[in-house]
Amino acid sequence: MDNTIVATHDIHAEEHHHVSLPQHRHHFETAEQQREAGTFGMWLFLLTEIMFFGGLFFAYLLYRNWYNPAFVAASNQLSIPLGTANTAILITSGFFMALGVWAAEVRKQGLLVLFLLLTTLFGFVFLGVKYVEYAEKFEKHHVPGASFDISEFVNPPINQKTGKPIEEPLSPDMARKTQVFFSLYFAMTGMHALHMIIGIFLLGWLTWRAQRGDFSSGYVAPIENFGLYWHFVDIVWIFLFPLLYLINRHPGS
Amino acid sequence: MSSHPHDPANVTNPEHAEHRIVQPGTYIAVYIALLIFTGITVGAAFIDLHIFNPIIALAIACLKGVIVILFFMHVIFQSKLIKMTVGAGFFTFLILVAMTLTDYMSRSWGLW
Repeated sequence: MDNTIVATHDIHAEEHHHVSLPQHRHHFETAEQQREAGTFGMWLFLLTEIMFFGGLFFAYLLYRNWYNPAFVAASNQLSIPLGTANTAILITSGFFMALGVWAAEVRKQGLLVLFLLLTTLFGFVFLGVKYVEYAEKFEKHHVPGASFDISEFVNPPINQKTGKPIEEPLSPDMARKTQVFFSLYFAMTGMHALHMIIGIFLLGWLTWRAQRGDFSSGYVAPIENFGLYWHFVDIVWIFLFPLLYLINRHPGS
Repeated sequence: MSSHPHDPANVTNPEHAEHRIVQPGTYIAVYIALLIFTGITVGAAFIDLHIFNPIIALAIACLKGVIVILFFMHVIFQSKLIKMTVGAGFFTFLILVAMTLTDYMSRSWGLW
């Protein structure tokens, strides 16, 4: 309780003596009530986000079952080392965000600013890796649209050692369905990246306010609620990574 | 309505869980667990388990997601209201998926 705003509450008083700090809003009885209301509101927003990404995940579930060979071949185009590295980078970013919430709670201003900066840094690294991955798709004409190239899926490159194609060749019809995979890949990772870009802007604003001392005197709600948002973006990636990168690696063939 | 502007029941309401600061030690443990599960999910993808490959991948992803929600997002330390809100959200999402899927599965599956 040492970090909370203690409400000096006297039920016999008709005046509002219980407001002791400016961040404690007048219409809340106690600091705990205000905090819970804020957390509740943030979670309601995150539920709408679950539904939004949920629609994309449902589309993925459906088309993966319908066009499984195309999804397998297209998924093998993604780089597992880059995807794994990005998963670790994003988890690290979330870890520093969690530490940032702790630093705000124990009112360590310097640590809070440091952790917010580290969160931002790893966010940028993630987007940098994503840029490298996207650039490769543009070079190979694996971006859905008029210039999409199915040749690599119809005639996969030959493995020099075995003399066999590295992938199961697809019929031209099925090969065209790889566009569905890449559409979902760009839609899902793109919306995820957009959430991160918005998050990085918010992080910049929060860091500026943190170094001004706004969040080191017991007022942690903005840091806490942004933390919820940032961790939600983490969770989306935790599901995107196995679904997009690890569909089927058929190590036997 | 009480004649007092502030209802004392709100102040003593046990539903407002006492606030708790999660210590860095917890976060470090969670961080290491998440990295280990990431390694396991990548390793499992290279073993041919047929239909169990996606099941294991999703199970690990769900486990990681739950760990993040409970500890990084503090839900395990929150009041029942918050826990119910989070649970209701995911439950509604599952209903959405199940109902939509029954619709797709009952008409010309895979033909468009």
